[in-house]
Amino acid sequence: MAQSQTTIPVLEEHLPIPAVAEGALSEPRSFVAKPELQAKLGFPGELVPDWEKKAVDKLEELLGKYRGLRVYLDICVKCGACTDKCQFFLGSGDPKNMPAARADLLRSLYRKHFTPGGRLAPDLVGAKPMTEAMLEEWYTYYHQCSQCRRCSLACPYGIDTAEISMAAREIMDCIGRGQKYTNEIIAKALEIGNNLGMKPPVIRNTLEGVEEDVEDDTGVAVKYPLDVEGADIMLVVPSADFFAEPHIEGLIGYGKVFHQAGLSWTLSSYASEAGNFGMFIGSYENMHAISNRIRKAALDLGVKRIVFGECGHAWRVAYSFLNTLAGPWDFLDPRYPVPQHICELTLDLIERGALSLDRSANDERVVTMHDSCNIARASRMGTRPGGQFDIPRAIIRASCNKFYDMHPDTIREKTFCCGGGGGLLTDELIPVRVAGAKPRMQAMKQVMDRHGVNTMVAICAICKSQFTKILPMYGFDSDMIVSLHQLVGNAIQLGAKE
Amino acid sequence: MAYELNGKTIEHDEEGYLTDINEWSQELAELIAKADELPLTNEHWEVINFLREYYNEYQIAPAIRVLVKAVKKQFGEEKGNNKYLYELFPYGPAKQACKIAGLPKPTGCI
Repeated sequence: MAQSQTTIPVLEEHLPIPAVAEGALSEPRSFVAKPELQAKLGFPGELVPDWEKKAVDKLEELLGKYRGLRVYLDICVKCGACTDKCQFFLGSGDPKNMPAARADLLRSLYRKHFTPGGRLAPDLVGAKPMTEAMLEEWYTYYHQCSQCRRCSLACPYGIDTAEISMAAREIMDCIGRGQKYTNEIIAKALEIGNNLGMKPPVIRNTLEGVEEDVEDDTGVAVKYPLDVEGADIMLVVPSADFFAEPHIEGLIGYGKVFHQAGLSWTLSSYASEAGNFGMFIGSYENMHAISNRIRKAALDLGVKRIVFGECGHAWRVAYSFLNTLAGPWDFLDPRYPVPQHICELTLDLIERGALSLDRSANDERVVTMHDSCNIARASRMGTRPGGQFDIPRAIIRASCNKFYDMHPDTIREKTFCCGGGGGLLTDELIPVRVAGAKPRMQAMKQVMDRHGVNTMVAICAICKSQFTKILPMYGFDSDMIVSLHQLVGNAIQLGAKE
Repeated sequence: MAYELNGKTIEHDEEGYLTDINEWSQELAELIAKADELPLTNEHWEVINFLREYYNEYQIAPAIRVLVKAVKKQFGEEKGNNKYLYELFPYGPAKQACKIAGLPKPTGCI
């Protein structure tokens, strides 16, 4: 099964707005979920009879539930502000990846059935009925949107294209056309407790291995506790932190922070996943079920605080929706944010002098930071605007001596998606992921050339995996991408505070 | 979608992972590796065998770190790293090695 060749874009000094290349990404298509998988999530196994009508019915239901959706479908004036903002358009030139054009794939059906103009003169207003061809285009191009909302930032009306893409995916799931990658992961999170499907014994085995390694490295017995009842803090991390590189280096860093600060903490095998893929398919029911595992674990363990690890979409769901999904959280200690991000906790400890950090431990690194899209545009950290950008940077500056930001149009709220978010981190979409990473690769190359940057920090499991895979395709070293708490973990002088 | 081995049809998914892991055999591993144009050496087999033992115990492939440690124990310090595993399995130790070992594809944010 040799993998097909993907064309790797050439990086230039500045990122040009590409000429339109009709159909450039029309071929990559994610695998469709099999009937048994669909059933696990409560969706029909294959296209239901009368699916064209069922799709319209579902759209009507969503319009009734989410008033924003109707507004977004109504108010686009085709001003063009979003056209050159999407990384998948910038990397490919495929005009269907212009956000307004992507939204029009759903908008045309909306117009057909829910606007007077569309009912009376469909051809004049671009109104179209649901057909096999429309479904195919939806399936292809709504799985080339990472729901990062960079386009929404540019839209003068604030149209949230992510909401439109979630609605389109929800409609597809409900008529029996689901995506294998996302739905397989949701099924595992529901059945086993995390996206990877790691059962408690393997998490325990992995953590014991980590404890051994850290003690070998540092001579200090740092604990990585699992399912400890009565701990003060429950840390919820993406399961990639137990499994993948460089994610696990971040997990090691979290443990060192807790250890040096003398905090009582635990991981949970029941709530062993921070990420919530229910959001990717707009499925409130699945989002709710995944979030409720966190509530149950917190109650069962009797913890007082919940802290989230480095996971982008997790933090969006946690920061923005956790209370409505799984609240009220009145059993937690009200003196701390509910939930709290590990970066908030770590910076607070640094500022209070509770951590002993030696920046020179990271002196071989010249560091930049990729802001993860969901953290950047769908959440906040700390008490001040922009905390989600300033807090991680303050931690980096406390952990290493050499830090350079990338071009201002590519960071903070203007950051790009890594190219793998929102359910795109699957191998059959590699051409899409390579195209989507291009703007970031371009900006990164600029700081490499100017400042000798050799390390890029991210605080999201998807970003880390995406770059590990894509960096070598652009000719860069896959080790360039690191966890933020990997830098912290390197810099901490264990024993200094004991 | 299926592998043909000695007249027997063995189903796999879109990416070549076995539908039923009990269908795996050493001969089949050679065949899967051949489809990836990867000749299997002793080093490959050590990794494959470790993956299968680990899977039997935990019903999932080991974390990369756990695999690296096992390889280090077996082949020595200079081979105990992620890069060496990528040399052995260019499409990734987790994914390609699992496929050849007959294990399900690891999923998630990886």
